[in-house]
Amino acid sequence: MSNESGVPSRARDVLAATWARGLVGVAAFLVLAEVLGRSGAISQSVLPLASTVLARAVGLAGNPRFLGDLAATIEAWAAGLAITVAVAVPCGLVLGSMPGVRTATHAVVEFLRPIPAVALIPLVALILGPGLRMNVTLIVYAAIWPVLFNTIYGVGDVDPVAKETLRAFGFGQLDVVRRVSLPAAAPFILTGIQMASSIAIILNIGTGVVTGRIDGNGIGAFIADANASGGNTALVLAAALWAGVLGLTVNGLLVWSGRRMLPWHRAYLGEQSLREMR
Amino acid sequence: MSRIAATALRLLGRWLVLAAGMGAWQAWASWRQSPFFPPPSAIAARMYHLWFSGPVSHLLLTPDATGNVLPSLGRVGGGLAIAIAAGLPLGLTLGRSAALSGYLDPILHFGRSLPAVALVTVFIVIFKIGTQMEVAFIAFGTIWPILLNTIDGARSVDRLQAETARAFRLSAGQRLTRLIVPATLPKFFAGLRISVSLSLVLMVIAELTGSSNGIGYEMNAASSGLDLTGLWAGIVLLGILGYVLNAAVLGIERHLLAWHRGARMLTN
Repeated sequence: MSNESGVPSRARDVLAATWARGLVGVAAFLVLAEVLGRSGAISQSVLPLASTVLARAVGLAGNPRFLGDLAATIEAWAAGLAITVAVAVPCGLVLGSMPGVRTATHAVVEFLRPIPAVALIPLVALILGPGLRMNVTLIVYAAIWPVLFNTIYGVGDVDPVAKETLRAFGFGQLDVVRRVSLPAAAPFILTGIQMASSIAIILNIGTGVVTGRIDGNGIGAFIADANASGGNTALVLAAALWAGVLGLTVNGLLVWSGRRMLPWHRAYLGEQSLREMR
Repeated sequence: MSRIAATALRLLGRWLVLAAGMGAWQAWASWRQSPFFPPPSAIAARMYHLWFSGPVSHLLLTPDATGNVLPSLGRVGGGLAIAIAAGLPLGLTLGRSAALSGYLDPILHFGRSLPAVALVTVFIVIFKIGTQMEVAFIAFGTIWPILLNTIDGARSVDRLQAETARAFRLSAGQRLTRLIVPATLPKFFAGLRISVSLSLVLMVIAELTGSSNGIGYEMNAASSGLDLTGLWAGIVLLGILGYVLNAAVLGIERHLLAWHRGARMLTN
């Protein structure tokens, strides 16, 4: 039994039940937060009402200043992620297929990776000055690791017989990478890009919160402003809510485009976005 | 003799690039006298003077180290401890109850995608600047990977093993300690590793935003005083802390999981 969309009706029932439960949970959470606030159990001067935050969030959708900051965050995210992929995937392919290079650079990587990118905010702000360049630099430093390690891991996972076969037919190293290693590693790379994507958003907002408006636009700068103008907690929470929506949307888009681009490895995708490769 | 030579060659191959890079940096920085990139020797000397030139009775730690580095570490430890103490039991409960996790799943996934860094000012309003704020902030930010991975792990308990445990009438407590917790631990540790590196990030953000001591506070002071060497010293220290914390979690994980693997083999 299947309906038009190809989903068996039984599975659709389960899906509907899941949605219903989730909605009940969200509604209960919001009502509870509202009651706690209105009854005075949580002082409204400390934490605003859920309804206030939601109203503010809706208001932000028509606020040109916020939309400009949202666009700035998306711009930094896109530029940062593009550079990250352009650098990390080729590096990962080289490191993954040449053990000698991997051994030689291992110490450098292990030396650089544990440095939290947010620790570089004051330094990069001094060196590069405010603006998109500084934001993108920080994003690339933080986001490069999951893509790099997932690429190395994915290349290591390639079936050696497939590689040998291609070599036996006279294909060169580059062809082997292009025709075997890259397609086989693609699902892993995509998982790495998903992780890098959320890191990029978090880093952009963190940079803005720490440095404020002087260092460029973005959701973080908006939050810093809201805080500077008398600690407007409802506005900060509303902006954070949109940041969460942005993260979920971007992740959903990545998963969706991955499924379209890599139909041959559907099982790998979305399996775990929290996997950390070593 | 050739074995020694081979080992030496391997060590050389392992460290040569790093050493060459450091050497090049040192030479370049000494030559150019760039204010932004002080030579590694200057950074190391600054780290020594700032933090590690204290009396032996204080494990060589200077007052600056005990006044800034230790509080930062304490906040990271406190936040992580709360995140584990809350996330592990909650995750086990939710992972074993399909109904409960059905109600809470959307909230939890949205909670994880909320960037904690955006909420640092809210935490300052609620908890006021100080250790309590940072601990709460770190706990809030680090609980999500622990919680969601624990749920995942508890869900993945082998069905056959669960049925067997029931057939042998293992008590709920026995099932928890013998079956569910061991099956959950690998996933839990995967989450914990993410949380540990996240905890440093959150600590730095909190201390850069509002704090009266700590590593991030020191870096802020160095930054506004245009003391680039001091800033670099903070960065390198955070890198070392990140490395040590990650290695520590990996060590604990290997130790615990090896024990569990052994125990499971015995019971099989």
